[in-house]
Amino acid sequence: MRPVIQVSAIRKTYGSTVAVDEVSFEVNNGEIFGLIGPNGAGKTTTMECIEGLRTPDRGAISVLGLDPFSDVYQLQERIGVQLQQAQLQKRIKVWEAVDLWASLYRRKASEGERLLEQLGLSDKRNAWFMTLSGGQKQRLFIALALINNPEVVFLDELTTGLDPQARRAIWDLVRGIRERGKTVFLTTHLMEEAERLCDRVAIIEHGRIIDIDKPASLVNRHCPERTVMLATDDRTAAERFRNIPRVEAVICGDSQFTIRGRGDDLVTEVIHCLSENRIRVTDFRTILPNLEDVFLKLTGHSIRD
Amino acid sequence: MLRGLWKLTWIEIKIFLREPLGAIGTIVIPVLVFLVAGRIAGHGLAPTSLAASSFITVGLPVLASVLIAISAVLSLVTIISIYREGGILKRLRATPLRPHTILTAHVIVKLLLTAATLALMVLAGKRYYPSGIHVPLFGFTMALLISTCSILSIGFLIASIVPTARFAQPIGAVIMYPMIAVSGLFVPVEALPPAARVVGKVVPLTYAVSLLEGIWRGDTWWAHTRDVAALAAAFIVCTALSAKVFRWE
Repeated sequence: MRPVIQVSAIRKTYGSTVAVDEVSFEVNNGEIFGLIGPNGAGKTTTMECIEGLRTPDRGAISVLGLDPFSDVYQLQERIGVQLQQAQLQKRIKVWEAVDLWASLYRRKASEGERLLEQLGLSDKRNAWFMTLSGGQKQRLFIALALINNPEVVFLDELTTGLDPQARRAIWDLVRGIRERGKTVFLTTHLMEEAERLCDRVAIIEHGRIIDIDKPASLVNRHCPERTVMLATDDRTAAERFRNIPRVEAVICGDSQFTIRGRGDDLVTEVIHCLSENRIRVTDFRTILPNLEDVFLKLTGHSIRD
Repeated sequence: MLRGLWKLTWIEIKIFLREPLGAIGTIVIPVLVFLVAGRIAGHGLAPTSLAASSFITVGLPVLASVLIAISAVLSLVTIISIYREGGILKRLRATPLRPHTILTAHVIVKLLLTAATLALMVLAGKRYYPSGIHVPLFGFTMALLISTCSILSIGFLIASIVPTARFAQPIGAVIMYPMIAVSGLFVPVEALPPAARVVGKVVPLTYAVSLLEGIWRGDTWWAHTRDVAALAAAFIVCTALSAKVFRWE
């Protein structure tokens, strides 16, 4: 099947600053694809080039087989866009915004009232935009992005500035979009968000793509380290743990043990060793690396720096 | 492509009327000023004074109309820059809406407001001003429409280049209001100092004033083809320029 989005070797500069450099990737039908990286890495520029809002200096982009530059109006009919830090008119009412957006598209629009209901905005339909909370504004922008029943939905830093509860609610909504068979392209600088939501991610830094894969595969490839922490009073345990294959270090505290090793099998091996030797444990935890660690490893610095 | 134009226009009108000072500032205050100024001029000057009666019967209505048009332009400049700064323009552009549809909607809103203010003024004027002044209302409305479109295009040019919303209103005011001084509204252009006369010949407002005064007095349109041509030229030049330099964000 042909990819929904194809980006090949695009470059965009602002003056002497290179915002996006030789970026290439493909997004498949029906997946949630995340472009992740720190602020200023080139995520928004890349996304806005794909949406047809900016023109890359070089390179080619195809979305649903259309050129975002020359076929921009055809493309706008078929995609839904949520922009970073967008606003609406302060005193526009929620239902007016939905009604206006519905009138802009030629294709059969989704039922505006039903969308508002699904997004939990029904009781706010007569409220002015300026009176909405951050989460409500984002939900309204999601409604506007879905109003034309788009084939691809673009979400730029969707949950930035939201509290954890609102963030989780939005994540559920995004998964719901995928379940309706749509393709989602999102950017985020939150690794947890990427890990929980995305089927595949591209890591971008200084305008360049460093790696692209499923979040779990990225973690496996770049950060094979596994850590098991457990508590036991068994005096023989330390020696037995050291004999487990692929264990690299065993650190003993009072009755606390930290076992470091590599590979997915480490946890199984530790459990196997515990049961084989009938070691009684009172606590057992595993610490797995995540995308945050992958990013640190690939770039040498934390994404928050 | 007019898809969305009427809905956007209608929503923008509603939004404007929800602004706490929007309707009062642009519709009520000019009408009040007009009435108060008319009263003062009417009482303070001897009715036989030719200058006074000419100002009341021609100058004042034209001044009021021009002021309304300029205030509409300034509010357009401000709204466009606020929309740009807030990312509203960008959000609207990320839809099948054509850019000129967005801008046309705002122009229509301003024209309608200008018309509404003017209509109120005419009604108020009928009530408070001596009757017997026969004004070609339709012609004057047309003249004002042409003038406002031309002045609005200057406003658009200003809106295209002002850096932030904070500067929009002052920059607009600094450009627009001095135009009144050299427009021949108070002093005929020919009587201005040479430098000011040159400026007066260049600014479109001069031609707007000439057209409005002429039509108000009952001149034929043929007598004012030069004014109409100048206003049309200004409109075309400013619109073309702003299409080139307009920034959406």
